[in-house]
Amino acid sequence: MKEKLTIQLIMALILFLPFNRVIASEQKLIITGSSTVAPLMLEIAKAFEKKNPGVRIDVQSGGSSRGLSDARSGLADIGMASRGLKPEESDLKNYVVALDGICIILNKNNPVVKLTDQQIIQIFKGEIKNWKQVGGLDAAITVVNKAEGRSTLELFEQYFKLKNSEIKASVVIGDNEQGIKTVSGNTNAIGYVSIGAAEYNVELGTPIKLLSMSGVLATTENIKLGLYPLSRPLNLVTKASPEGLQKKFIEFATSSEVNTLVQQQYFVPAKK
Amino acid sequence: MFNSNTLSPQRNDFFLLWTLRSLSLIGGALSLLILLFIVFESSSVIQEIGGLSFFTDASWYPKEGLFNLVPMLAASLLAAFGAALLAAPLGILVGVFCNFYAPQSLAWFYRRCIDLLAGIPSVVYGFWGLVFLVPWIGSLRPPGASLISGIIILTIMILPTMAMTADAIFRTTSKSQLKSASALGFSKWSIIYKIVFPAARKNLFAGFILQIGRALGETMAILMVCGNVVQLPKSFFDPVRTLTANMALEMAYATGQHRSALFVSGLLLLILVVGLVFIADFFEQDLRYD
Repeated sequence: MKEKLTIQLIMALILFLPFNRVIASEQKLIITGSSTVAPLMLEIAKAFEKKNPGVRIDVQSGGSSRGLSDARSGLADIGMASRGLKPEESDLKNYVVALDGICIILNKNNPVVKLTDQQIIQIFKGEIKNWKQVGGLDAAITVVNKAEGRSTLELFEQYFKLKNSEIKASVVIGDNEQGIKTVSGNTNAIGYVSIGAAEYNVELGTPIKLLSMSGVLATTENIKLGLYPLSRPLNLVTKASPEGLQKKFIEFATSSEVNTLVQQQYFVPAKK
Repeated sequence: MFNSNTLSPQRNDFFLLWTLRSLSLIGGALSLLILLFIVFESSSVIQEIGGLSFFTDASWYPKEGLFNLVPMLAASLLAAFGAALLAAPLGILVGVFCNFYAPQSLAWFYRRCIDLLAGIPSVVYGFWGLVFLVPWIGSLRPPGASLISGIIILTIMILPTMAMTADAIFRTTSKSQLKSASALGFSKWSIIYKIVFPAARKNLFAGFILQIGRALGETMAILMVCGNVVQLPKSFFDPVRTLTANMALEMAYATGQHRSALFVSGLLLLILVVGLVFIADFFEQDLRYD
């Protein structure tokens, strides 16, 4: 008797575990992925829910890699990725919602106003260790790097042809906001974050400044014009050709109806 | 308690007994399931590269196949022990103050303050650390985000529970012993030093060990102030990454071997905490059942 009930209980426990995951239904969409895209997608989802009563959209952030793998495994109806797809990911369908750029940020009180690509590479590799060497004050440089797996880091590494193990970081951070807080609190720090987040903080009066890249000012305007080199598409990703609610949402998210929402998040609407 | 051989079996007892049994089974099963889950998730990478790699690889660059966890293990231990060493004397002094020196009303007020300190979410401490403590330490020795920042934040975080534990332990000191000592003309400090401390020593030590466990598990605040660079610190002013910060920073973005390796850091942390609990159990004297 005793053993039997114990076994039954254990069986029940084991049986119930796999069913905890929410199964995607017709009237509910699950969107997961990039923490860069997630805030924008939340706004778009709200607007979409307002237009279509009875529909619920669940947006979860967790990084581009998660968005892609969730879209592929079917855990999410739509994935979000803040980068273009890699060749091995070409089995997925992608739709550009907006554009984003990353920019190098310095503390406002740092007298340095310009750095060449080469200087940036040397700073992040630890070959230039003092601001004096690039025309600044005599102070050690605090290199702020992103944690491994972040798409911002991937884009940065790709552009400057660096490997993460070559970067000699003094501080490793998670999201954009933490990066901005770190640089605004340290006169000698250098970091990189999404332009959208950086512009927004400059407007709020956070003491940081955005560096130009190869002579092009880091502004959302220049990304829209395609002039700014360090930029990336923000994508929605699906496993197969979208259908039903999925299709309706993607059409909405890529239409000009969401331009205001995109701009409110300091991203750049994608060209049609 | 429900011995059915001597008492006639009652329906109510039967239901209560089995409800309690199944609830406790679920409770126990949950922790075992978590352990199994972590072991299962980490087993794939351990099988592929062997357990030794986590201690002998050149560094931690999971995307490049390097998985050394030693610097993070060291950082976790240093931060937790450092914080516990600072918080323990402070917490004990708070306990002594509340129990033996403060007037009733002040002690009450003081205890509420400590409760409040314990109730503040860790992310708030982390945020304060990020905008205030880190820049301040950075102005002394850049970059500011460092082992010492982590120790200070952790100290503030575990101080309230250390103080509450000490407070509770001192309150249970035998009243008759205290009265006898008073009657013998001992000074207040002699009573505390010669009678209260020796009686409470083992329980205080157990509390100390449990606080280390708590400090080991802290994540958000540590993530925000420690700098998260994977390295063995050469001084207190070097940035470090703890095991918990490692998981929090990379888990959301990790796949495959990388993800599995993060579970290995979780497993390592779990083993450390289990070890600490056993040590604490060894020293703790029936405090729980008083």
